[in-house]
Amino acid sequence: MGSSDLIALWVSLRLATTTTLLLLLLCTPLAWWLAMGVSRMRTLIDALVSLPLVLPPTVLGFYLLLLLGPRGAIGGALHGLGLPAPAFSFTGLVMGSILYSLPFAVQPLRDAFQGIATRPMEVAATLRASPWNRFLTVALPLSARGILTAAVLSFAHTLGEFGVVLMIGGNIPGRTQTASIALFNHTEALEYGPAYRLSLTLLVLCFALLLAVYGMNRRLLRTTGALA
Amino acid sequence: MSWTGNLGCQCARARWVVLLVLLGSAARAAAVGAAELHVAVAANFSGPLQTLASLFERSGGDRLLISAGSSGELYTQIRQGAPFDAFLSADTEKPQKLESEGLSVPGSRFIYAVGSLVLWSPKPGVVDDEGQVLQSGTYRFIGVANPQTAPYGTAAQQVLTKLRLWDQLNQEHRIVIGENITQTWQFAATGNAELAFVALSQVLQADGSINGSSWRVPQSMYERIDQAAVVIAASPQKLAAQRFLTWLRTDPAALASIHAAGYRTAD
Amino acid sequence: MSLELHVALRRPQFVLELECELPSRGITGVFGRSGSGKTTLLRCIAGLERRARGRIAVDGEIWQDEAGFVPTHRRGVGYVFQEASLFPHLDVRGNLEFGLRRLRAAERRLGLDEAIALLDLAPLLRHRTSQLSGGERQRVAIGRALLASPRLLLMDEPLSSLDQRSKAEILPHLARLRDQSSVPILYVSHALGEIMRLADHLLLLEAGRLQATGPLQTLLARSDLPLARYEDSGAVFDAVVEEHDVRYHLSYVRIGAGRLAVARTAAPIGHRMRVRIDARDVSLALKPPELTSILNILPARVLSLSEGADPAQTLVRLEAGGEPLLARITCRSAAELQLAPGMPLYAQVKGVALMESSAP
Repeated sequence: MGSSDLIALWVSLRLATTTTLLLLLLCTPLAWWLAMGVSRMRTLIDALVSLPLVLPPTVLGFYLLLLLGPRGAIGGALHGLGLPAPAFSFTGLVMGSILYSLPFAVQPLRDAFQGIATRPMEVAATLRASPWNRFLTVALPLSARGILTAAVLSFAHTLGEFGVVLMIGGNIPGRTQTASIALFNHTEALEYGPAYRLSLTLLVLCFALLLAVYGMNRRLLRTTGALA
Repeated sequence: MSWTGNLGCQCARARWVVLLVLLGSAARAAAVGAAELHVAVAANFSGPLQTLASLFERSGGDRLLISAGSSGELYTQIRQGAPFDAFLSADTEKPQKLESEGLSVPGSRFIYAVGSLVLWSPKPGVVDDEGQVLQSGTYRFIGVANPQTAPYGTAAQQVLTKLRLWDQLNQEHRIVIGENITQTWQFAATGNAELAFVALSQVLQADGSINGSSWRVPQSMYERIDQAAVVIAASPQKLAAQRFLTWLRTDPAALASIHAAGYRTAD
Repeated sequence: MSLELHVALRRPQFVLELECELPSRGITGVFGRSGSGKTTLLRCIAGLERRARGRIAVDGEIWQDEAGFVPTHRRGVGYVFQEASLFPHLDVRGNLEFGLRRLRAAERRLGLDEAIALLDLAPLLRHRTSQLSGGERQRVAIGRALLASPRLLLMDEPLSSLDQRSKAEILPHLARLRDQSSVPILYVSHALGEIMRLADHLLLLEAGRLQATGPLQTLLARSDLPLARYEDSGAVFDAVVEEHDVRYHLSYVRIGAGRLAVARTAAPIGHRMRVRIDARDVSLALKPPELTSILNILPARVLSLSEGADPAQTLVRLEAGGEPLLARITCRSAAELQLAPGMPLYAQVKGVALMESSAP
């Protein structure tokens, strides 16, 4: 496999890892809030969060392009702060990926949190655990499987991301040219050999990842089963 | 019933059958006359083709069913047997390949349009009419279509190489590649890239002016962007397809429309 | 030292409202039919019902009033639920230490080893919660709650989801708890037997309202309360072991009204224990019975007569040695003996239940 393809693979892995970590950080409180309440506001946010699921990636990418541009909400704000515009940069890709994979992180997290009965949290409260402490030492461990699912789905989804990256990436090697774009370029240029090699690598990578995760999932099943 | 009466009934029935068969074939004949031509066209020419299609239909020609896409995609689809009748590519390479592979009708290939490269910004006053802005370097990003797959990209690369800017801009990661010419235009239109090399047809207004600011790159600086068309060999409507292509090549109204859209013609 | 309670909670189908003051020592039983609000009351005291109004103060420390609401995790209230609710992601030791670790060393009134000894938890420490039996789980839950050094321990029917064997296994631990721990306990149960065994004070609830509150002994004998009409109603007494009869495998304990012969106990002379005399085990005689197989005969005086749960029965409230005693006899006998308040007679006690206690 050519060096440019390896670089593209590396960009993809970096993008997926960064996006997944940021998503877990951002979506855990959001998912907790969504899981614990019933106000109509939550229903609205729920729907908004799921939007990337149904929007075609090119539509999402196009709106992102507008948002990130100098006249857009995000691009304009950053410009005002004297920061460079995020389009055509790895940062911009991360922003786009976060939006694109948002529902894949929020939904498993929210379902896991909803699945925790109120009892463990009440017990923890009587044992002197503050709300934040309860969340860290009881809710999170009991949601471990949901967190794992969210992480894996986000990672895999970002790894395979194409439309959004296409629209806002600019195809800059080493920065925004991901493996999926490189693959697309090979097929467009009718270079089927490199295309096969690259796609096979991606396939094996994803499969190995899923295997590892399902193994972990089984182990966690034992410790976070029904409340004793 | 008497034997003669029976025969009489049978004759009457036979007359109805004959009438129905005649009607049926007449209908089929009429349908053939009102057939749709399935035309594959490169994305950059899809707009002008819509206009040409209505012109063609009004002048008594067939209706066109237009499928736009990247030339690479369309080429691959045709190779896999996609049911197109004619293919209007963005280059000459794909039609040549089809011909050498026996997938197009020999002799049907011709250049239907010649593209013009333009350096463009949506903001007035950014691009001067000699393209000096490229050297002045105050732009962060410049959009270029993918040189590997889009002829306008290849042309842009040729221009930048001639100006000895290609390597430098590449090293500075200032060249952003759009997968197709439309995307390249979007980069500039949304302000994310200050400049972009686009097709004249994309920025030409109805009154012949160009919005924003632009530099029409002299033809001497890049290889001519010839766009060729062919009739697909597997088409069941080869004659009708050829009729359309011939009209495209020779009809004065068609040629005027192509010019108005920002393309030149081969002659 | 007291527990001030004034609680009001309105729900669509149910209203809880009561006001009382409880002693902050020993076990106060909370008794009532299901749906009377016992669990709700406990949850309000624990601060788990945000919409509860009123005033709750423990030894002067205000947990809730019009001005403020102290959240559960700051109240220092221990809670043992009906189902043990152990954390599945921690082992037994992890569960036990959960509350303990959130206390500063100076605030810990019970050490891990003490709790383990109190509840016999040593063999279970490394186990995962899924490997424990029901009785073991509850013991861990109790230990866990105690190790958080609560100001007040709430127990919500902790034995009701257990089988007979497990119940029998835990009851002695609970009794020991009452005697050895200085933490006041509120013990909810719908099983009168448990209440009679463990509680010193009683809170009686009916349809979300306080029906009666007072010392257990007194309330048990009150004929105006439904307690006296239960199948296993009776009276409890504090007794002291006086003598052991090795030959006949008996022990003798002394209560206010006299000496009772009970099944041989291992408890030493001078040991205090609670004994229970069920109303159905008491029959009455106007004259001291002679040549009878019944060993325990106590002089008593009739206080009042009232209808029993069964139309054929009469409930007789007696006073024996200054303490209340209940007897359930047939209406016919009551009529034939011409029983009337104030009448002295003799109570024949067929069975005395010993409730083992470990207090000296």
